Amino acid sequence: MSDQTESTAHAGPQQIYEAFLAEGRFMIQRSRSTGEYVFYPKVMAPSGAVDLDWVAPSGLGTIYAITVNRRREGAHNVALVTLDEGVRMMTTIAGVETLPIGARVRAQVETGETPRIVFVPLGTVPQEAGA
Amino acid sequence: MTHPLRGKTAIVGMGVAGMGEAPGFSAMELLGQSVRAALDDAGLALSDIDGVFAATASHAFASMSVTEYLGLRPRFFDSTNIGGASFEMHLLQAALALDAGLCDVALIAYGSNQRTAGGRLVSMSEPQWHEIPYGYRHPITAYAMAAGRHMHQYGTTREDLAEVAVAARAWANLNPDAFARGALTREEVLASRMISDPLTTGDCCLVTDGAAACLMVRADRARDFPGAPVYLLGAAGANWHRSIQAMPDLTVTAASESGPRAFEMAGLSRADVDLVMLYDAFTINTILFLEDLGFCPKGEGGRFVRDGHIAPGGALAVNTNGGGLSCVHPGMYGMFLIAESVAQIRGAAGDRQLPRADIALLHGNGGALSSQVTAFLGSAATL
Repeated sequence: MSDQTESTAHAGPQQIYEAFLAEGRFMIQRSRSTGEYVFYPKVMAPSGAVDLDWVAPSGLGTIYAITVNRRREGAHNVALVTLDEGVRMMTTIAGVETLPIGARVRAQVETGETPRIVFVPLGTVPQEAGA
Repeated sequence: MTHPLRGKTAIVGMGVAGMGEAPGFSAMELLGQSVRAALDDAGLALSDIDGVFAATASHAFASMSVTEYLGLRPRFFDSTNIGGASFEMHLLQAALALDAGLCDVALIAYGSNQRTAGGRLVSMSEPQWHEIPYGYRHPITAYAMAAGRHMHQYGTTREDLAEVAVAARAWANLNPDAFARGALTREEVLASRMISDPLTTGDCCLVTDGAAACLMVRADRARDFPGAPVYLLGAAGANWHRSIQAMPDLTVTAASESGPRAFEMAGLSRADVDLVMLYDAFTINTILFLEDLGFCPKGEGGRFVRDGHIAPGGALAVNTNGGGLSCVHPGMYGMFLIAESVAQIRGAAGDRQLPRADIALLHGNGGALSSQVTAFLGSAATL
């Protein structure tokens, strides 16, 4: 499955990823020949393959590592989530102070000035898009 | 089979300056003072230096800045910056350049005034675009995640982490140049302010001023200098990632590759090592590197450091200067691993002098557990 918007067809993978995000879509790359998923988006997969399509991941993942950054202004968690597709990304778990390693989470697009993917505990009712 | 570079070069001059706090001095001024001290130690003239190796936390083109400040005209120069491990890599690069005859006297130097200039860790490490939206705080977020992962996988505890800080302080208490001295208990480390779970201020290295420089020559003339030469027996690097997001397994660093490579080059085994100098930016580092360098099995690092095992009088001498945790950490600490190894091998380490210090293992770390460089220094008896 190939999915590339007209406006971003000639942009690099980072710009394309960010354009999808701005549209409220979470898309990652997968090599047509090897099937490997790639994140963060790159011009070449770890195998060297360049036949990378944009695909929508399941959005499900597992917390691999997490820390709560504590400052005077407040605390926020920073997490590494391994997507069910096998790739890992930095993110934050929204709506909670922290979650244990191994907890199941689901991706959510947070739009706004800097659109980003956040995750929520699996079982949480989906939120309307918007920061 | 002995590696052709083993013992072919030696450190013949070592200098430090501004250890701890040096108000009123710039980073380059402190670096310059440490170079002067290294020259005096070696009995060399400034004009003898024809190889310059430098990286700092505040100079984009460090070897150029050092060259200009000192008024040098080097034939060979290198500003490799791989974070705190830069200087262990410089040892290898200087050895290559010296051995190839591309220079005759190599200077490796670092300087920083980051304690008195602001008191916060200074780093030129640029934010990664895929980390920016999440409030990633360099570098503690990465190390805290690794610590949390190690605790989850292997049952390592915050008490184990605290043991590392307590051992470092006990060594620092024997070192008059150490910045943080005085009694420190495990309970005090555990009760200190949480910064990034599970790491407290007690798990974090110091932010100090400090500079260090060493001078290297080929071994054939190493005995012509006033101090005992300290030979480079081997060095090797390994690097798998830049940002913590791309680290394959947060409990296994590339030291597991650089270590065996360096051991092989030096023709040594762990039983030969008298001193272990590990880059302890955070308490978890010491545990990870003890495991990855083979001093204990993977996952056993927390148990290994208990009961003063790496403290003075313990079974393994680790970070005898007090480490980045209690001695000195001016942003990039790798040069001070060299300084302490040289002091111990020369028998000049005062109250903390090891009874036997012929072979030191130095392990530098840079970035988010990213660049890993292991090196061996040894006395003339090891050749």
